[in-house]
Amino acid sequence: MLQINNLNKTYGKIAALKELNIAFNLGEIITIVGPNGSGKTTLLKSILGLVIPDSGTISIDNKSIKDEWQYRAKIGYMPQINRYPENLKVKELFTMMRDIRTDCNTYDNELFETYKIKEIYDKTLGSLSGGMKQKVSAALAFLFSPIIIIIDEPTAGLDPVSSQHLKDKILKEKANGKLILITTHIMDDIDELADKIVFIVDGVLRFNDTKEALKNNTQMPTTGKALTALMEKEYV
Amino acid sequence: MFKILKNVLFNSLRNKVMIGYTFILFILSWGIIYLQGDIEKSVASLLSVVLLLIPLVSIIIATINYYNSQEFIELLMTHPIKRRTIFLAHYLGIAWVLALTFLVGVGLPLLIAGGFDISVMYLLATGFLLTFIFTGLAFLASVFSKDKARGIGLSLILWFYFSIVYDAVVMSALVYLSDYPLEKTLMFMTALNPVDLSRIIILLNLDISALMGYTGALYKKFFGSSEGIIYSFGFLFLWVIIPVWKATKKFIKKDF
Repeated sequence: MLQINNLNKTYGKIAALKELNIAFNLGEIITIVGPNGSGKTTLLKSILGLVIPDSGTISIDNKSIKDEWQYRAKIGYMPQINRYPENLKVKELFTMMRDIRTDCNTYDNELFETYKIKEIYDKTLGSLSGGMKQKVSAALAFLFSPIIIIIDEPTAGLDPVSSQHLKDKILKEKANGKLILITTHIMDDIDELADKIVFIVDGVLRFNDTKEALKNNTQMPTTGKALTALMEKEYV
Repeated sequence: MFKILKNVLFNSLRNKVMIGYTFILFILSWGIIYLQGDIEKSVASLLSVVLLLIPLVSIIIATINYYNSQEFIELLMTHPIKRRTIFLAHYLGIAWVLALTFLVGVGLPLLIAGGFDISVMYLLATGFLLTFIFTGLAFLASVFSKDKARGIGLSLILWFYFSIVYDAVVMSALVYLSDYPLEKTLMFMTALNPVDLSRIIILLNLDISALMGYTGALYKKFFGSSEGIIYSFGFLFLWVIIPVWKATKKFIKKDF
């Protein structure tokens, strides 16, 4: 469904992605793992069209996304760093986004309700804490009923309850046949969510398979230990 | 496009800096008109405001605004909206807000005091176009700069170049080459600087242009004619379009 072929991206002299080939299907939760600066966010941003690759193709439903923009109606994005206009009120943000997204008329308000976004409607986005901003961001990512959901480090700033709400929502959307891409460093999240683990080091794809395959390959009992083994093996 | 433009306009018009700036312009213009007592003289005095202050304030406010809107721009870019639309909506939003502050701050007192005088019209038209030109230059400087400090620095250099450096270069060229007939060359060279072009449009449509000697007469013959006016406004329009076009091209290929 989402296909990436020979993707390359360099920032100056540093190569962020090298000849990346990978494909994702609907109804899967993919966790993308790798050390800091390994190219995870660059990969996600390339899919979103925020970063423009040097070469290679990304296609959704066999259609290249190069110079396209309509395809982003299919994607919901929850960024790693939530940056919003400081003076904008939460209410204004949601009204504005609904106003701009004329393509969408079926809203998914589930997280919006669970996180009680209405209660912070009159606060400005600048005055919200990191965790609150993440809730706003999560509600916004699911709001327009996308079929691909891209989440960059979701649970880092969320409290345990909110984090669990988000994970439940992710699992529910997977059951609804959506594709979810997550980058994370938290082993529990991987254990709970991942159908497939994609492991990237220095922009090169090193592993792309199920949790069970990972455990078998590394001869380790838990996903956490298996991943650690994989990472350490890579570094030596 | 229209919805984003509406949001940019709405958010900028609420800005206290903009309201304060309009107020200061208004007081300043009103004061000058009151002190001069004559509309032609007021236009000549306000000329320096329009040629120095309007480009400077436009380029600085537009640059700061671009960097402050970056979060909003990035948010919009993850949604199904063309990059070109996002960029142009922001440009038009800021340019219109700045143009409105100019029209209210400088235009309103002049129109109240002098009515629809032709020199007032030229002053307002050039000031309006200069706002769009320098907002465009600000966006151009911003898309090519990595961070806010560099962006503002580059914008200031651009302003400094068009307002001061360019004139100094033309002047010294004139002094060194005074033995040659340079009138035609000089007329062409003014077209390469929107500030000079605006100054000439306004000055030559005031009576004081008679005091500018032989070159002034030649200028008056050309820029005073309808052909010259079309030519100079044509160049001002090019100055609006080219920087924005170049900036949009860069913006479309940028990584965020």
